[in-house]
Amino acid sequence: MSILVYTETDQGKFKKGAFEVASYGKAVADQIGCDVFAVSFNANSPESLGTYGVSKVLNTSYEGSFDAKLFADAIKQAALQVGAKVVIVSSSADSRFLSPLLAISLDAGYATNVVALPSNLSPFTVKRAVFTNKAFSYTEITSDVKLIGVSNNAFGLVENSVACSVEAFDVSFSAPGVQVESVDKASDKVTIADADVVVSGGRGLKGPENWHMIEDLAQVLGAATACSKPVSDMGWRPHSEHVGQTGKPVASNLYIAIGVSGAIQHLAGINSSKVKVVINSDPEAPFFKAADYGIVGDAFEVVPTLIEKLKAFKADA
Amino acid sequence: MRILVCISHVPDTTSKINFVEGDTKFDTNGVQYIINPNDEFGLTRAMWFKEKNGATVDVINVGGPETETTLRKTLAIGADAAIRINTAALEASQVAKEIANVVQQGNYDLIIAGRESIDYNGGMVPGMIAALCDMSYVNNCVGLEIVGDKATAIREIDGGKETVSATLPLIVGGQKGLVEESDLKIPNMRGIMMARKKPLNVLEPQGSGTSSNTLNFEKPAPKGEVKLVSPENIDQLIDLLHNEAKVI
Repeated sequence: MSILVYTETDQGKFKKGAFEVASYGKAVADQIGCDVFAVSFNANSPESLGTYGVSKVLNTSYEGSFDAKLFADAIKQAALQVGAKVVIVSSSADSRFLSPLLAISLDAGYATNVVALPSNLSPFTVKRAVFTNKAFSYTEITSDVKLIGVSNNAFGLVENSVACSVEAFDVSFSAPGVQVESVDKASDKVTIADADVVVSGGRGLKGPENWHMIEDLAQVLGAATACSKPVSDMGWRPHSEHVGQTGKPVASNLYIAIGVSGAIQHLAGINSSKVKVVINSDPEAPFFKAADYGIVGDAFEVVPTLIEKLKAFKADA
Repeated sequence: MRILVCISHVPDTTSKINFVEGDTKFDTNGVQYIINPNDEFGLTRAMWFKEKNGATVDVINVGGPETETTLRKTLAIGADAAIRINTAALEASQVAKEIANVVQQGNYDLIIAGRESIDYNGGMVPGMIAALCDMSYVNNCVGLEIVGDKATAIREIDGGKETVSATLPLIVGGQKGLVEESDLKIPNMRGIMMARKKPLNVLEPQGSGTSSNTLNFEKPAPKGEVKLVSPENIDQLIDLLHNEAKVI
């Protein structure tokens, strides 16, 4: 009986979500009374997972692009090797891609968007965000092996140092499912999935030529940039920045919405963010009902001042 | 080319979400149902392949008779035939197994499902069908071209995009980007009339088991009032974010 966490790497470095699933896995292991194992690909310093409670890392080396089928197969082999009854993954695009394959091959019930520790071990029950964060469900996983997808930033990082050993994990790799032709990824930008802070703009910014305000504010805060649905539909910003019910969910610590009215579909997508700030000239904008802090004012006056004052604040800190 | 588009019948995006029977069931009272938006982008892309490549397009849904209005709408948009598997959709693996059974018998070249439904947000049906049928699979698909039996798909990844190629048959989990919002088709009167004559076949389920089970629902705790800060006093906002919310 053990727990296996899939700790994702990017260029050999653990992603933030890797430490989060390790933290979550350790907390579940403490509920059950067992050890946490991790499986990773090409991790530079696998032993660093010990900080978050992982006692043993199966680290495998693999030359090639991410492939959902091949990675799912390798994680399955790790789960069988350590006798894992609970397998835990993050909500990254890659983890969500491979996990349905893993669920079928392990014959595991899979719960996604899990936002808290299991509320009960028997029956094994987890709390999930459903209806795009407009509600939660308590879902019982009835299979012998359970697969849990932890919602981004729902549990956070919890240090819990244990002695950690590393084993070079020898995988018999299956054939890839698809052929990767090219990857187009900005390496210098924070992604919406990983960001602690997200700065988002809406139609109130009047046009794409005014987006420098959003980008400047994001830069001061080390934030990712996002936008509302109309903004992406009009082509002011790429679809990848659209947050909301049919776009991306945001679960950052701080979400700043500028010139976004706050349609119900947008608010659903950002509901998991912990602190929400709205800047809008219309005091009747629905976003004010969902926000923690608000400024009723002209974004073109408020945002440049906010950028200057934040720069001064950061310089003092 | 034969295409199967998986259709979820979901509450409209503006629906108020409430629960009944001791918070164990979704309250359908007054709720309008729509084609799951992620599925509609896929359906519209399928219509494009129908026009350009002469593909035939079937749609499938797992659900009770109440979902037929949504299936008729897909026929009015232009799908050729609909299949309804006559059982309540309880959870993803059950739905995936029922659809996989049809896929294996149907000789399809391309299966398109939404990356997730906007009600239960599982995000696992297309991947599970791929695993059950041992087909190539691309999730978060925002672009798809097919020439002969070769597909080129663009997948959205965290922070960018990846272009992959695969040989048909292929399953994709689609989303906005597969077509633009402005490409979505509203059924016209002719389409609606024609849809009445198109086949909607009801199949009995093979009785796939479930591996999870929803016990009850909960709504988020009500939110407190927004704290308003004067636009003349940005320092106060920074102070609140730093000292009270502790997020900067």
